[in-house]
Amino acid sequence: MDRYATQRLFETLARAATALVVGVMVLVVGVTIARGGWALLSEPSLVFTPPGSQYMLEGDGGFLHAVLGSLLIVGPATVVSMVLAVSTAVYLQSDYSSDRFSDIVNMFLNVLWATPPIVYGVFVLTVVIAIGARTSLFFGIVAIAIFQYPIMTRYTDEALRSAPETVKTSTYGLGATRFETARMTVRAALPGVIAGIIMGFARGIGDAATVLFTAGRSTNMPGGLFEPATTLPILIFDNSMSFNEEVQAHAYAASFVLIVAVLGLIIISKLLAGRFARYAPGVHR
Amino acid sequence: MSDSTLSNASTRVSRRLRIDRLSQYWLQFAGYFAIGLFVLIVATLVHRSLPLLAEYSLVQLITSSNWDPAQNQFGFLPAIVGTIYVAVLSMLMGTPIAILTAIYIAEYAEGRLKVLVSSFIDVLAAIPSVIFGLVALFVVVPFVGNYLAPAVGSSATGLGIFTVSLVMAIVVTPFMISLSVESLEALPAELRESSLGVGATKWETIRSVLLRAAGPGIFSAVLLGFGRVFGATIVPAMLIGGQNQLPDSLFATGQTLPTLIVNDFGELMSLPITQSALIFVGLMLVVVVWLFNFGAMIAQRRLRRRWQY
Repeated sequence: MDRYATQRLFETLARAATALVVGVMVLVVGVTIARGGWALLSEPSLVFTPPGSQYMLEGDGGFLHAVLGSLLIVGPATVVSMVLAVSTAVYLQSDYSSDRFSDIVNMFLNVLWATPPIVYGVFVLTVVIAIGARTSLFFGIVAIAIFQYPIMTRYTDEALRSAPETVKTSTYGLGATRFETARMTVRAALPGVIAGIIMGFARGIGDAATVLFTAGRSTNMPGGLFEPATTLPILIFDNSMSFNEEVQAHAYAASFVLIVAVLGLIIISKLLAGRFARYAPGVHR
Repeated sequence: MSDSTLSNASTRVSRRLRIDRLSQYWLQFAGYFAIGLFVLIVATLVHRSLPLLAEYSLVQLITSSNWDPAQNQFGFLPAIVGTIYVAVLSMLMGTPIAILTAIYIAEYAEGRLKVLVSSFIDVLAAIPSVIFGLVALFVVVPFVGNYLAPAVGSSATGLGIFTVSLVMAIVVTPFMISLSVESLEALPAELRESSLGVGATKWETIRSVLLRAAGPGIFSAVLLGFGRVFGATIVPAMLIGGQNQLPDSLFATGQTLPTLIVNDFGELMSLPITQSALIFVGLMLVVVVWLFNFGAMIAQRRLRRRWQY
């Protein structure tokens, strides 16, 4: 085989691999939307109906408890995590610390970023047992916030790094303090920061392993901050193993709600990024 | 300038400086938070694993294949073997595809198609893994159970090690693609131009120049993907079948370390020693992932020196 034949062979292979990846992904999204959409369209009230008393056995009622639980857990968790993540990312900018120390913090963040979500779940549950509490909405929030923190920090850090150096030098040149400069840098990097926060929200709303043991896995409506709750991914996980067809259909309907929410969030993050781009220096519109 | 404006200006400056100092305390806290969180997690897991390690030796735990918490038998071997099978198999399936796709996106695709394909793959990295699991129950499990396993002469229900590996390969591929594309695109254009300039074909340039120069980045993408599969919980829990036995074929049901936690945590939490055993599983996961990250860092540094340009 001459070198041009090899070249053609590998180009074809690369194209085939890409087609395969895209094809498989279209299949996954397509099956979820078709199957879930069908399950949901035949009974749209599922999303707004609280579960009945025999929910896991017979699938009476709907899964409003999981929809509400997801929002009540991931919403507050995102806020807490956002505050911490943006602060850490600003700190890593090394106006406040030495390069050496930010390298060390960065190393720990990388390890946290790669830590399996189930470990956060086990950790929070261990704490729950140690302090003698019981699993609840509150500990679900804590677990998700811990899970989101390294993800959001990484996105924010990347956004801040890509902000032009001139923002920093010119604000310092005007006599700004470090804090004022940091505010300007965050503003210049706002599209990336917002996109990162929304990605963190999307990852948090889709994760099951962290909340499986910490939020309580309940089949009732969430009753309060220290009452058990559940989320959509947990509901999908539990319902998919059921032998009752009705309960299984709820898993598909819930997966439709979840995938639409995640895809919607990503589209929103792209749109917002475009909108906030006017703060970025060098963009005039 | 009158006295009053002067003192006004100086109070304003001191106020700004005070805010600056306060912000320093807060941001320093945020910086230490990352380290503190990690240390706290590891310390808690170690502390809670001690009761188990006090009663059984480490060697005994990881070489025994008898897992029966009710009888105080804690053998992690089936779960460890299952985890390694799944991780290795899915990397074997996922890595070549991921690298070829990354090459296509970084080197072949152009214009709108490139933007379309690469943003599509970024989006996919964010799809919840529970959805992959659900779709797999509907599509992959019947396929493996009815066609693939019988074709190689194995009778299986479709749940098992192979199914999990296949689905995990699908889950991590977009992740590895994004990281590999990033390191390929970070290469300077002169590398391509000079290689093409001395008469190499495009493929020769990719194989002997670009893949080497981006090698450290691609290598660490693969290691991070490996770590992801290693700690994956939901997909294995849905598809592996949850049998605590040493797998005798690729299509056999089994157990991975994370599914051990999922399957046993609920009912057995009341027994302190079982609780300790499951927390020890968490500790093992953290340590392995930590080693992988550390290994990726060192390998990246060494490869960078070896394949420098």
